[in-house]
Order: sequence, then structure tokens, then C-alpha cells
Amino acid sequence: MTYLLIIISAVVVNNIVLSQFLGICPFLGVSKKVNTAIGMSGAVMFVMVLATLVTYILNQYVLIPFELEYLQTISFILIIASLVQMVEIVLKKVSHSLYEALGVFLPLITTNCCVLGVSIMALDLPSKFNFVEANSLGLAVVFALANSLAFGLALVLFAGIREQLEITETPRKLQGTPISLISAGLLALAFMGFSGLV
Amino acid sequence: MAQKIESSLKNMVISLLVITLVAGLSLGFVQQVTKDPIANAKQQKEIEAISAVVPEFNNNPLEQPIPAIIYIDEVNFPVVYTAKKDSVVVGYAVLATSSGFGGNVRIMVGFTPDGKIYNTSVVSHQETPGLGDKMTTEKFRSQFLGFDCKTQKARVKKDGGDIDALTAATISSRAFCAAINKAYRAFCYVTKDESGLDAESGATKHNN
Amino acid sequence: MADIKNLTRGIIKENPIFVLLLGMCPTLGVTTSGTNGLGMGLATMFVLVLSNCFISLLKNVIPDKVRIPAFIVIIASFVTIVQLLMEAYVPFLYEQLGLYIPLIVVNCIILGRAEAFASKNGLVDSLFDGIGMGLGFSLALTLLGLVRELLGAGTAFGFNLFGIFGIQEPKMMLVFILPPGAFLVLAYLICLIKK
Repeated sequence: MTYLLIIISAVVVNNIVLSQFLGICPFLGVSKKVNTAIGMSGAVMFVMVLATLVTYILNQYVLIPFELEYLQTISFILIIASLVQMVEIVLKKVSHSLYEALGVFLPLITTNCCVLGVSIMALDLPSKFNFVEANSLGLAVVFALANSLAFGLALVLFAGIREQLEITETPRKLQGTPISLISAGLLALAFMGFSGLV
Repeated sequence: MAQKIESSLKNMVISLLVITLVAGLSLGFVQQVTKDPIANAKQQKEIEAISAVVPEFNNNPLEQPIPAIIYIDEVNFPVVYTAKKDSVVVGYAVLATSSGFGGNVRIMVGFTPDGKIYNTSVVSHQETPGLGDKMTTEKFRSQFLGFDCKTQKARVKKDGGDIDALTAATISSRAFCAAINKAYRAFCYVTKDESGLDAESGATKHNN
Repeated sequence: MADIKNLTRGIIKENPIFVLLLGMCPTLGVTTSGTNGLGMGLATMFVLVLSNCFISLLKNVIPDKVRIPAFIVIIASFVTIVQLLMEAYVPFLYEQLGLYIPLIVVNCIILGRAEAFASKNGLVDSLFDGIGMGLGFSLALTLLGLVRELLGAGTAFGFNLFGIFGIQEPKMMLVFILPPGAFLVLAYLICLIKK
């Protein structure tokens, strides 16, 4: 039940892209085609879940016991950066087809703020949702998974809209970024309809 | 222009090591310097919130916070701070958390010893700007001045209570009322303890 | 002469937000009011200037292959310093900006300027570039925040403009403070600035 609550809350109510504005750069950058959007979402999902798992363990068993919480930002970003590198190397060796699908997106993920944002947010989930949960590591992983799904959903939806935009006539001044931002705004407006659901 | 260092393994390891070492050390230093100001700022904020909701006091209520663990399935249990003037209890400030529209709403509720609400103040919230965040306004909160949870119902009128909800922000208003009710329960829990158990005050003296 | 160009370029001609479209997350996320925008802009500028200076000083001792991790460590340290300082001395702003402060690390402007400018240019040029870009970023954020605040709440930096006409609680277009408004206002601002 708690897991379901987290998933609904992350995917539709507090969508990470459309209501929390994390990961806007890839949202605007790689959303021209639905196919690339799907590739990017896959890569983000992979890295986000892995990164949250590692950073959560690091925070819980290293940073907190040694009172080094102020090193959170620096250690988390290093973990994410090295994880991205590692995933890239492993994918290259193990599955070439997967590497071809995700490879180009991986370097972009280091500076995707939703990965760092989610790994920081995942640290105090019990107090955020206000329930006692013994398995808080599991909670953090589910939270990461839900948020990566949310990211994927927003990205793919937006890519669909932009594919349509390509073939419509827009006023010259609005062409390019402005019209994309306006459609993103309308998408965000639509997602606001879900607020208050959880 | 000076010659750029070669990317040999030795150079890479050394330069990264030195950079992270310097970074770590300087962060440790800054953390040491800002530690007390951060603690002070936090304490200052809580004291301010407490003094806003209880009559004038001259002890330090933060010294003895009493956690009121009355809801076992919640992490954010209410915390009760006792305000005393010349060792006489003048009021209780209860920090209660409930979930609002955009996230947790934390409200400091002050009770006079007879159980009436003296004042309220919103410590933190993530409600919608312009709608739910109007709960911080005097206009909404003034409904709770002198509110007696024994005889009145801290619920919005839609739910059969005595409170006028904020326009277009029923969920935020409900969250506020929920926090009030939680705070009242915590208040009852703590005051009953104190009147029933003199051992508590004995322990207090012992601590001093 | 070249130095001055480095300073002014970031403010208008290559404004990081309106022209280069970098660092969108904090831009959209925190600009619910002019004050928040300004605070975020200044915090980012602080990190940007310092990291630009340090990276340009250290550019010759950082081997090429590990430059990105080295840059990230330098940037993350400055971000943490800002975070601690803000928590200590401006706790109000620290709470308002919340998660977006640690996220300055992944702000594309900072790593972008480090990679594209500071690692290739001298100290003074990098300093000017950092100040210019930082100013451009702060300016854009403040403008965006101010427009949203004005349209959404009728206030500017918390001051009720309609109070002059005796209107205490102006009924405004709330949507501009809510998430969709961020996209819409930015879209029209870019549209206005675009030639």
C-alpha cells in the first residue's frame, strides 16, 4: 500500500519534471523524437535506481555514523558520475545492442539533475510521507523507480507533442523553444488535475 | 603558456587525490566554522515560533521537549515544549505535523494550561502559493484564538466543524485542523502525565 | 578591451537562460517570487565565479582525461560551502530554495563554462566570464521571478503593489505562480527577447 502511494504520488501527482522541475535539460534537449525519448528514459531509469541504491547505503552506513553529512552533495555527485562511467563500460562489454540504444545518452545523465535530486530526496522518505517503515532502503529504491517512470512518462508524452509541433505552422516568433515551452506548460497544467489525489 | 600535464596514470591519480583531499579538508573547515551559527539559527527559529504562540515565559522550553508518541504509525509525532515563567507553567507549545496539499504542514500550537489555544503559527509548509499558503495569514489563524477543543470542533464547516475554510483550499484548511487536533491530543497526553505523576517533576528537579 | 567583452557577453548577447538555454531546472523551479530568483541567482553566481577562477588556475595541473571529475569535485565543494553559509546566515532563503541549492552542482551553466571557457582561458578572463554569466543568470531569474510574482500574486519582492490603490488582497492569475506558469512566462520572455 505504501509502495502504491509512493508510485502514484511520484508519477502523476508530484511529477518530477512537470511539477518539481528536475531534469528539464534532457526534457527539452532530447525530446524531439519519441524513439530517442524512450532511449533516454531507459538510461535514466537504469542509472537513477542504481544511484539511489548506492547513495542511500553510503549515507546510512558511512556518512551518518561518521557525522559527515556535509559531504553529501560532493560524494553523491561523484558516485553518480562514476556509476554512469561504469554502466557505460559494462554495457559496452556485455550487451552491445543495449549499449547502442542507451550509449549516447549516458554521458548526459551525469548532469541530469533529477538523478541527484531523487537520490537526495530519497533520504528522508519516512518523514515526508509520515509513516514508520522498517524497510526504508526498499522504500528509497521504489521511490527512485517511480520517479524514473515519471520522468519517462513526461519525456515520452512531450516528445509526442513535439513531433506533432514539427508539422504544424507556428508564428515565426514562437518557433523553436517558445512553443515547446508553451506546450510543456499546458502539459504541466494537465498534470495539475491530479493534484490532491494522494 | 605553461606546459599541460600529461595524462599518465600517475599524474591522474595524484591530481585527483590532491583535489579531493583539499576539497574535503576545506569543507571540513567550513563545516566547523558554520556549525554553531547553523545550530543557533535553528534554535532561534524554534524559540521564535514558541514565543509567538504562548504567553511570555523566561525558561528555555527547548531544554525539555516531550515527544508525544500517540500515533504509533507516524514518524512525525508531535513534540510538546513547556513554557514556564518563574517556574510556573504558563503554556505548552506543541509542534504537530499533518499532511496538506503539497506536503507536510508543521504547525506550532500554543495552549494555556487550561487547554485553550493561545495562538498558532505555521512553522513550515509546501502549500500552493496564493491558495493554501493563506493559512499563514492572521485572518485564518485568528479563528483559533481562544479556541477550546473540548467544546468546539476544530474542523472545517463542510465537515461539520466550526472553522471557515480558506477559499478554494479545503485540503490545506483540513490539514491545519488535523494538526490542531493532533496538538490537542498531545497536550492532553502530556498534561495528564504531569498532574498524575509527581515523579516526573521530581525527575525534573533531579536533572537541574 | 577583450576583457570587457568577456564581462558583458554573458549579460545580454549570450544570456545563459534566454539565449543559451542552460540551467533550466532552478530557473523554472525557484522563481515563484523575485526574492527567490535573486537569491538563487546570487548563490549560483558565487559558485560560478569561484569555480571559474579555480579551474582556470588549475587547468595546467589537471590531466585532460580526468578533467571532468576534477571539475565536478571543485564545483561540488563550492556548492557545499554556499549551502552551509546559507543555512547559517540566511536560513529563511535556505528553506525556500531547499533542494535546489545542492542541485547547483548539476547546473549545466557551471560545468559548461568550466569546460568551454575557464579551462582554456586565463584567470582574469575567466573571472570576468564568471561574473558576466552569473549576472546574466541572476538577472534572468529575478526578471522571471518578478513577472511571475506580479502576475500571480500582485506583489513585487513581497511588496503589495495594489496596496497603493487600497486593494489588500488583489485577485490575480494564480496559475503563474504554479508550475505551468513557469513554462509559460519563460516561453513569452524568450519570445520577446528573440530577434
